[in-house]
Amino acid sequence: MTDIGLGHYLTLGAVIFTIGIIGIFLNRKNIIVILMSIELILLAVNINLVSFSIYLGDLSGQIFTLFILTVAAAEAAIGLAIIVVYYRNSGTIRVEDINKLKG
Amino acid sequence: MIAHAIFFYTFSLIAVISAIMVTVSKNTVHSVFFLILDFISISCLFIMIGAEFLGMIMLIVYVGAVAVLFLFVVMMLNVAQQKNQWFISTTSSKHIPVGIIISTLIFFELIIVIGGWKYKPDLFNSNNLDITSEVSNTHSLGQVLYTDYIHVFQISGMILLIAMIGAIVLTFRKREGVKKQSYIKQISRERSEGVEVLEVPSNKGVKIDD
Repeated sequence: MTDIGLGHYLTLGAVIFTIGIIGIFLNRKNIIVILMSIELILLAVNINLVSFSIYLGDLSGQIFTLFILTVAAAEAAIGLAIIVVYYRNSGTIRVEDINKLKG
Repeated sequence: MIAHAIFFYTFSLIAVISAIMVTVSKNTVHSVFFLILDFISISCLFIMIGAEFLGMIMLIVYVGAVAVLFLFVVMMLNVAQQKNQWFISTTSSKHIPVGIIISTLIFFELIIVIGGWKYKPDLFNSNNLDITSEVSNTHSLGQVLYTDYIHVFQISGMILLIAMIGAIVLTFRKREGVKKQSYIKQISRERSEGVEVLEVPSNKGVKIDD
């Protein structure tokens, strides 16, 4: 119990990943919260990579965490820009009202 | 060891609770605040297990930039008070049980993977890019990042540049009735359309068109 190993960190990553997926599925509010859930998923992936990197003594995991951080920042910026444009055009970003592509 | 356990359980409990609060809180601004709390506790965990550079970068990038960007957009779009309506939404809540089933399946798959990892300890002798204890984490990351991974590093810089240009292009709009300088117009102006030589008759003056 008091001996914290790799499994504890991986379990934490799994829990946060699952919370992120539940957040994507259950969200009825607005699409910004879905973007935040995606950030949570990327955070869980980062936890896994860093803990494997520490416990295996291999630096590649931390390098890839750095690149995941870069891509996550770019994705958040682009996603928020798309949301701003959509809100400007249609006046709402509620999830169930965004159905223009439904045909 | 007991201190490590106490800190791990404290920070991970805060992280999990704030991750839950991100998804269920009624106010979007509160969601962003809980996201910030989540990132801070996870970066504390990173610093604790020895990845201090990534912990600090996480603080700077996520808390300093991404979360503030989220907060900015939430407040700009004036959607903070939209009430959370899941579980009582009538028309489009049919995919909620499917979502719960898929999430629990993914969770148990991950747990099974972790268990399988624990019982296979002979994978532990992969030894490229060793973490050596005499140089610091930041130093060793820099030594690897700028030599072995220099191309990936530069490509990530290109990704950031493209994201910046894309965000600007997406949100840029031309507004009517705003006086702006046009550099092209200013540079391509010629003498013939700017200056006019007039014969001014004496005692009469001349009318300059406006």
